[in-house]
Amino acid sequence: MTRTLATGPDIRGPAAGRPRHGRRPERSAPGRHQARAGRAFTAPAMALFLVFTVLPVAGAFGLSFTTYDVLTPPSWAGLANYGRLLEDETFFTTLKNILYYCAMFVPAMIAISLALALALSRRLPGMAIFRTVYFIPVVTSPVAAATVWAWMLNSHYGPINEVLGYFGIPGPAWVGDGSTAMMSIVIVTLWQGVGSNMLIYLAGLQNVPAHLYEAAALDGAGRWRTFLHITWPSLRTTTFFVTTLSLIGAFQLFDQAYVMTKGGPGNTTLTPVYQIYETGFNRLQMGYASAQAFTLFVIIVAVTVINMRVNRDQVPE
Amino acid sequence: MTSRTTATIRLVLGRTVFYGVLTVMGLFMLLPFLWSLSTSLKPNEEIIALPIKWLPGSLTFEHYWSAFTTVPFARHFANSMLLAVAGVATNVLLGALAGYAFARLAFRGNRLLFRLLLASMMVPPVVTLVPSFIIVRSMPLVGGNDITGQGGAGLLNTYWAVILPGAVGAFAVFMMRQFFLALPKDLGEAARVDGCREFRIFWSIYLPLCRPALATLSVFTFVAGWNGFLWPLIVLNDPDMMTIQMSLAAFSYNQKTDYGPLMAGSIVAMVPTLLLFAFGQRYLTRGLAFTGTGSK
Repeated sequence: MTRTLATGPDIRGPAAGRPRHGRRPERSAPGRHQARAGRAFTAPAMALFLVFTVLPVAGAFGLSFTTYDVLTPPSWAGLANYGRLLEDETFFTTLKNILYYCAMFVPAMIAISLALALALSRRLPGMAIFRTVYFIPVVTSPVAAATVWAWMLNSHYGPINEVLGYFGIPGPAWVGDGSTAMMSIVIVTLWQGVGSNMLIYLAGLQNVPAHLYEAAALDGAGRWRTFLHITWPSLRTTTFFVTTLSLIGAFQLFDQAYVMTKGGPGNTTLTPVYQIYETGFNRLQMGYASAQAFTLFVIIVAVTVINMRVNRDQVPE
Repeated sequence: MTSRTTATIRLVLGRTVFYGVLTVMGLFMLLPFLWSLSTSLKPNEEIIALPIKWLPGSLTFEHYWSAFTTVPFARHFANSMLLAVAGVATNVLLGALAGYAFARLAFRGNRLLFRLLLASMMVPPVVTLVPSFIIVRSMPLVGGNDITGQGGAGLLNTYWAVILPGAVGAFAVFMMRQFFLALPKDLGEAARVDGCREFRIFWSIYLPLCRPALATLSVFTFVAGWNGFLWPLIVLNDPDMMTIQMSLAAFSYNQKTDYGPLMAGSIVAMVPTLLLFAFGQRYLTRGLAFTGTGSK
């Protein structure tokens, strides 16, 4: 949850406001001291950043053109890994699975978190309590949550099918059945994620200008029309932010699939990250795993760009 | 009936439905906690009773005992605690230092480095997974490695394998920088005129002012560290070095039907972040609102 995108923060540094032609601050003695301090203060962070972020990103690309099993030095493989990827049916299965997951997860995430935010933004007593309750799953360990949910979705002794039974609905086998296994993961990840997006929407709702609502009320617009013509368009940036974060997170689904289904039954919940983990760390094919990771990266970037385009096209007028 | 009473009835009905829906939703959100707690305290025969028993007929703590004795759960709990706390310490310290420098100190490369850092937040972690593993394994002169980083296991199976790569996230630097930018400039300028050294200005003047931001960052980092799974799974293989999340996942794989101990283990793995949430909720939500709106 610490991975986030910034929506328009002020990225101008302290030097931004200074005149371009004036004396450079580093020339004077106090300026030199300040510059030295600046370098010293940032040095540990930047050194770690270089070793554990910059180097790996470059390395991921380079490694994808090699064969490397960790035990013997890497050997150049050219485009062999990418060629293999194109013929790897499992890889396409993971892509199909993750697209299926996204198609269920992302729209449901937007709808539920927005609905909750709209409900809790009403000035009624008790809203703070509900906000807290809905947020609790966000801080819960995904592994523990997945473990508990697997038990909750147990087809015989689990409470979910019990409750469905009260309404005369025959509960499915959930994680035990290939047709509902991914749905189970969708439920768990929604349960875990709606709280944080609800808060983001609540913050977004506070920024909708009140005069727009007043104008709508004067025009006699009903709740639904007000939502459609005022709230939804005003939340465009927030929705874009939530969609982007959800998509990037969804494409990297791993913990729940690992704990609840081990990718099964019959590979129906095998995800790209799961396959990368298997290829790289169980079969020790680091080069091929890098090619898979890099391809996934390109797909995530492409999906984000498409998402950006779609959102831009929706700009009213 | 007057139109006024009709309106009142409609209002009361509307409110009842409104609160009813919110409550059902709330129960759904809380159900996993209640159900796992209930299961963990039930005797075995009640766990697989039909129709299901919502509450334990008689309380037992045997599943907690068995969770802690079948696997070295206490050791794994301690490992997780150490890693999460170390992550908080390094992120807060290094994040504040770098964030302050980016916000308040003029030096060459300031803006470029910061933008690079910001851009890195958009790289999905899965991309760096394999190379980071190789880097950790190839650290020169540690874990039996020679100067070229060959021959041994490097930092694998040590706490450093988790601490170093997560020591300072771009998010920590970004968040602290935004916070320092919002503090008045004059405080530092005045001290500078008096000949105060930069580190003292940072340490004695600005740092005490950002306790709320430090608290937020601490809570965030702890939760992320405690819940982290994939990276520890890759770099820690020694059973003694496992984190509680790995331990629970392995447990759930090996004892798939042993629901009592499994739920007891889950409860233990969930408790620290839930406690932190109970006491530090305002810091968490504030931090989240911060990331969501870009903040000022």
